[in-house]
Amino acid sequence: MSKIQAAFAKGKAFIPFITCGDPDLETTAAVVRAAVENGADLVELGIPFSDPTAEGPVIQAANLRALTGGVTTDKIFGLVRDLRRDVKVPMVFMTYANVVFSYGAERFISTCREIDIDGLILPDLPFEEKEEFLPLCRQYGVDLISLVAPTSENRIARIAEEAEGFLYLVSSLGVTGTRSEIKTDLASIVEVVRQHTAIPCAIGFGISIPEQAKKMAGLSDGAIVGSAIIKLIAQYGRDAAEPVGAYVRRMKQAVSLVE
Amino acid sequence: MTNERGRFGAYGGQYIPETLMNAVIELEAAYLQLKDDPAFNRELTALLNDYAGRPSRLYYAEKMTRELGGAKLYLKREDLNHTGAHKINNVLGQALLAKKMGKTRLIAETGAGQHGVATATAAALMGMECVVFMGEEDTIRQALNVYKMRLLGAEVRPVKTGTATLKDAVSEVMREWSSRIADTHYCLGSVMGPHPFPTIVRDFQAVISREIKAQILEREGRLPDAVLASVGGGSNAIGSFYHFIDDPGVRLIGCEAAGRGGDTFETAATMHTGKVGIFHGMKSYFCQDQYGQIAPVYSISAGLDYPGIGPEHAYLHDIGRAEYVPVTDEEAVNAFEYLSRTEGIIPAIESAHAVAHAMKMAPAMDKDQILVITISGRGDKDCAAIARYRGEDLHE
Repeated sequence: MSKIQAAFAKGKAFIPFITCGDPDLETTAAVVRAAVENGADLVELGIPFSDPTAEGPVIQAANLRALTGGVTTDKIFGLVRDLRRDVKVPMVFMTYANVVFSYGAERFISTCREIDIDGLILPDLPFEEKEEFLPLCRQYGVDLISLVAPTSENRIARIAEEAEGFLYLVSSLGVTGTRSEIKTDLASIVEVVRQHTAIPCAIGFGISIPEQAKKMAGLSDGAIVGSAIIKLIAQYGRDAAEPVGAYVRRMKQAVSLVE
Repeated sequence: MTNERGRFGAYGGQYIPETLMNAVIELEAAYLQLKDDPAFNRELTALLNDYAGRPSRLYYAEKMTRELGGAKLYLKREDLNHTGAHKINNVLGQALLAKKMGKTRLIAETGAGQHGVATATAAALMGMECVVFMGEEDTIRQALNVYKMRLLGAEVRPVKTGTATLKDAVSEVMREWSSRIADTHYCLGSVMGPHPFPTIVRDFQAVISREIKAQILEREGRLPDAVLASVGGGSNAIGSFYHFIDDPGVRLIGCEAAGRGGDTFETAATMHTGKVGIFHGMKSYFCQDQYGQIAPVYSISAGLDYPGIGPEHAYLHDIGRAEYVPVTDEEAVNAFEYLSRTEGIIPAIESAHAVAHAMKMAPAMDKDQILVITISGRGDKDCAAIARYRGEDLHE
């Protein structure tokens, strides 16, 4: 069992997403530690990209703030080295294919191994293109996380069968961002996923309040939250660690209530 | 030219979110089914001929030829098409395809506004809903085209994110498409994006080189020495090149927008300043920094102001079949003015990039050599901006 799968073994998981360097790396470090102290089971670290086509306005703005602040891939590797002195939960990078490709795929993925990054989520790398990085991810023991969307239909089985780490189930059509209602029939998607893989499945996109997190975790193995956390960071800036910590505690409690 | 999964050599591919994968797979299946269908092609040809005004003329620019004193210059007059540019060739094809697929809504990006106007036109003709995404910066540069699109019944959504130009409009259409797929076709305007778009758009634009070939053989009894076209994403260029790719004697020259110069930061010359990357669904050349962040680009031409280039061009570049040359704002504006006063043809500022390079090449060539320059669009839309470039206080 990979470290990522182990993170789901203790019950329903809560997974926060944080854009690195928004508004600066010191804040990111404090926010990640606060999230972990308050029950985050796995942390998604976003490496900002200039043109994040899968993101809604909230995370787009965070990417822009981080890049304007001067963050780079190398500085983010430095942040992870620092975090790894005390953060034990699995951490994965969420970024776009060009960030990995332009750094040199082998240089990027081998560095992930060296700094103890457990997985890689690339929203613009679908099943058909995963050979771009999969052999290197296998070589260095970094899980390449697959995504399933409400439109995946006949593709779900194939994607699930080859999925590694955990399967990221996108709750709704469209881009990231908070939603008042999630209408997709996620239960039937999860059912197909379960028939084809034993790895955990977590739901993301649109989740912001404890009630939603509980419902989504109830349907799957965990809930992923990005935009709601990014909004807190945008609001509190360098003082975001405390409010994010309190938020993660509430959300983790909600997913823990799932039977 | 494509191998498995729409690759041109190492370039192309489908680097898009999972949410859109079934949409592009469905599109490819529909296209493969219809592209050789006689009824579909009859319908499309009728639209191209009766509605868009094809075939477009191949005009011998005699006065310009005499003045430059070298190769014979022919202009492929895509500016004479309905809506004033080559964009309509692709749009009529895609709109018809979308309609056959049961789609009722077209969404599109636009830079200069030409593709947006063409899409709004096809939507009006075919009774489809239409939303055009345009960088806010471009809605200011091309205010007249914004009005035209609205007049044609389309909604224009200004895009304020990023650099508020063409690349941001493309990103925003991708976001929009991933939120509404069932009734919506993304009518992509260039030979870029995920497979099958680079192939579909090329096939619909290949009518340009098919006509050039027949027309020049009829006029001159031989093929041209070179075909020149401006290149941003690269649709008029690939359309102009396509049927000459297997004729090694014909040089294929793409003219990139170098803005204030290929060695400045204010440039959009992708082949000259970019490197291989993955963006907007494709592997190709992109202007980017050392960490893969897409670079802001600049050109006086809103239609060439894009940090990437279509994957088939990347391939033709690497195998040495096509050449890509940088042309600055100043050179393009000079050519814009020159063609206007010499031949009485006001070209789009995009097309003026190709005219500029031809003006450099022609004098050094023999009188029996032939250059074909694709005039991809008409320049009415650019007059105010060029006047301002020359210091006149002219606003639309």
